[in-house]
Amino acid sequence: MYIIEMRNITKRFPGIIANDDVTLQLKKGEIHALLGENGAGKSTLMSVLFGLYRQEAGAIYKNGEPVQIQGPNDANRLGIGMVHQHFKLVHNFTVLENIVLGVETTKSGVLQIKEAREKVLALSKKYSFDIDIDKEVRHISVGMQQRVEILKMLYRENEILIFDEPTAVLTPQEIEALMRTMRNMAEEGKSILFITHKLDEIKLVADRCSVLRKGKMIGTINVAETTKEEMSEMMVGRKVLLSLDKEAANPKETILSVRNLTKKGKSGEKGSLKDISFDVKAGEILCVAGIEGNGQTELVYALTGLKNIDGGRVTMEGVDITKAKIRKRTETGISHIPEDRHRHGLVLEYSLAQNTILQTYYKPTHQSLGFLKAREIIAYANRLIERFDIRAGEGAETPARAMSGGNQQKVILAREIDRDPKLLIAVQPTRGLDVGAIEYIHRQLLAQRDSGKAVLLVSLELEEVMNVSDRILVMYEGEIVADVNPKDTTFQELGLYMSGAKRSEVAV
Amino acid sequence: MNRDAVMSFLSSLVVLAAGLLIGFIILLVSNASSAWEAFRTILTFGFSGIRNVGDVLLGATPIIMTGLSVAFAFKTGLFNIGATGQFAFGGLTAILIGHNFTGMPDGLRIVFALAAATAAGALWGAIPGLLKAFRNVHEVISCIMTNYIGMFLVTFLIDRYAFNPAVGKSLALPEGSNLPTLGFEHIFREEFLPGFYRVSRVNAGILIAIIAAVIIYIILEKTTFGYELKACGFNKDAAKYAGINQNRNIVASMMISGALAGLGGALLYTSGTEAMGASNVLLPYGFTGISVAFLGLNHPIGIIFSGSLVSYLFLGGARTQVMGFSIEVVEIVISVIIYFCAFVFLVKTFLGKHIGKLLRFKGDNA
Repeated sequence: MYIIEMRNITKRFPGIIANDDVTLQLKKGEIHALLGENGAGKSTLMSVLFGLYRQEAGAIYKNGEPVQIQGPNDANRLGIGMVHQHFKLVHNFTVLENIVLGVETTKSGVLQIKEAREKVLALSKKYSFDIDIDKEVRHISVGMQQRVEILKMLYRENEILIFDEPTAVLTPQEIEALMRTMRNMAEEGKSILFITHKLDEIKLVADRCSVLRKGKMIGTINVAETTKEEMSEMMVGRKVLLSLDKEAANPKETILSVRNLTKKGKSGEKGSLKDISFDVKAGEILCVAGIEGNGQTELVYALTGLKNIDGGRVTMEGVDITKAKIRKRTETGISHIPEDRHRHGLVLEYSLAQNTILQTYYKPTHQSLGFLKAREIIAYANRLIERFDIRAGEGAETPARAMSGGNQQKVILAREIDRDPKLLIAVQPTRGLDVGAIEYIHRQLLAQRDSGKAVLLVSLELEEVMNVSDRILVMYEGEIVADVNPKDTTFQELGLYMSGAKRSEVAV
Repeated sequence: MNRDAVMSFLSSLVVLAAGLLIGFIILLVSNASSAWEAFRTILTFGFSGIRNVGDVLLGATPIIMTGLSVAFAFKTGLFNIGATGQFAFGGLTAILIGHNFTGMPDGLRIVFALAAATAAGALWGAIPGLLKAFRNVHEVISCIMTNYIGMFLVTFLIDRYAFNPAVGKSLALPEGSNLPTLGFEHIFREEFLPGFYRVSRVNAGILIAIIAAVIIYIILEKTTFGYELKACGFNKDAAKYAGINQNRNIVASMMISGALAGLGGALLYTSGTEAMGASNVLLPYGFTGISVAFLGLNHPIGIIFSGSLVSYLFLGGARTQVMGFSIEVVEIVISVIIYFCAFVFLVKTFLGKHIGKLLRFKGDNA
């Protein structure tokens, strides 16, 4: 008997089959991980369970009884709750108000908040959430916001809890706490579905794991009896090297030099940069780590010229580029893989080929007398497609919008690397990509380093930070609070730096 | 032909049909007994004789130009609602030159008048462009203001330098100041009595408009300049990331957009059919240009056809006055039809979702 059974679910979208005859069985009281690459159909399957999509074939059973789930309200009635990847909270409501929103108790139209308050406080205490329920949600950290989402489910007495990539936004310490909470809830008898593509977390917390690949269910395994390598092979369909084997860095001359960079944030601390100084040398990968929103974005904007700074100096090989225009910086040899590939990295309406020339369209290789050389551009794009193994339905003419995230990222990577830069700034280059693509991009970054380029990698993923970098800077509230060698540090120590609990003297 | 083009064409047809239906209902309400005849006239009059075909092309000329103007700015992410002012300013320039530079040889004078009108339109478009680029003033606001300034300027200058009190409009241009007809008068004419012809005044203007459309197409699709402009229009953050100078492109785009409208004004007032009013009324051509641009899905070549279509409807509509429909009713009907055209993108999205699905599911089963 399963508390939830999704039998032979098929869900199509125009052009793809997101779930192809998928069967998923959830036992009462277990933590069941749902593993798969991006686009494997994990989120679709959970959206079917939560009533956001209707399946074309197949049925859902709760405790053996067939159920119809037409929408989130039906799901809620059946005791199914979900923490979405992007939280669904009202920012100027308090924690308490957010929790009761939608299920308020009223007496002749007047809100009865007192009982709700007691119930929420009790729940919060039970799971030692340590949360101030009268604070407005916009004033609490992302980790706390996630607890609000969890409290919402608990308040509604949901029995089946779905977590959609819950750890993406958390620090290592917060992840640990979340894992504990999940265990506690499972012991209470709640059943948990946990979407992720991080194998470590599955090993740590899950009882069983179902693996999806390209919309098909590959299999369900007992986590204790399966290695990470086996799971990743199931997920990707081939063997994957989980850790990079790389040689020690051989740093040479300084390429980028940053001195006393400062910028005032728009609203106080957030978005400010405080007296930031560091160098990036040829032949090394310097990584800037930190929790999202601690000044990394602003730092990159300052280096690439997307935003102005208030003070300080930036030089490339001794040439002052502090006030240089973006085009000028590009010409001095800075390549930039931007954080948001849809906002900055690509013109989605343009074709793959048109996107490959975004930084070089004005060069004689791509134009003469102001006319684009259509044939050469297509040939150039085809060369990049070949060299970087970019997959696109209509080849060089594919609209960028129609490509998968991983291949979009490869287009940007190809464009930026092919320019033969001296400095490659890569901001979260693997965000949202699957294991295969991540591996590929990491190898490319390493290859750039080994060919004598300076690489500045900004990443939120600690695993990536530890794996790829030769030196780590940690940013906290616009400052560099640590400058460490990955060999001499641990995840835990980095986590402490990232959360501001620890800092070291940083010398340039 | 790709799927997208099929969808574009289908959606244009759908909005047109819906607009015609509502238009027909208005005709019915207005005068049921002759509604059907009026409706048939609107639909067929433009093709009911070679002369009318000429008149359709004549009427299409200025609105193709304003349509191109609106579409070009749109590709850069700007809404040029100021085409009317630019059009008026260009037309005014052409009229003043036509009257005053009579010492110049005819051929040279018309070329000069068109060039000056183009420059005047560009200047009028540059103002909102500069304000947008360097002061972040929304172009719609500044365009509306330049429209009114243009309108008053026209009234003032026509009144002072080229006024014909008999009709309350500008003086007719001397014949040599008008566009050449290139022998079109021998093609687009109808014999109504032996040896007597009704002749369309269609002239070189339509060719200039078509050439302009082709040039705009080439600029947008084949040049680095067009590549930059469209990048700014599609995604200004990515354009900035690529080091594209957005401010320069905004100004350039508004100037070219204005130039097209200004040239359109010159083509209208040098066609020998139209005098410029001096009565503080905003000209309709710029606004019609918005519908023409939308109906042509902002594609320069599409705009040649959408401009001709709108002109066709206007011509048939005007004809229904002989059946006792007042010009106001006719304009409402035409406006409704054009108004529906504004839904063309909506319909396209809708069709893309539903018909596109049908096509795919067929593919799945195959």
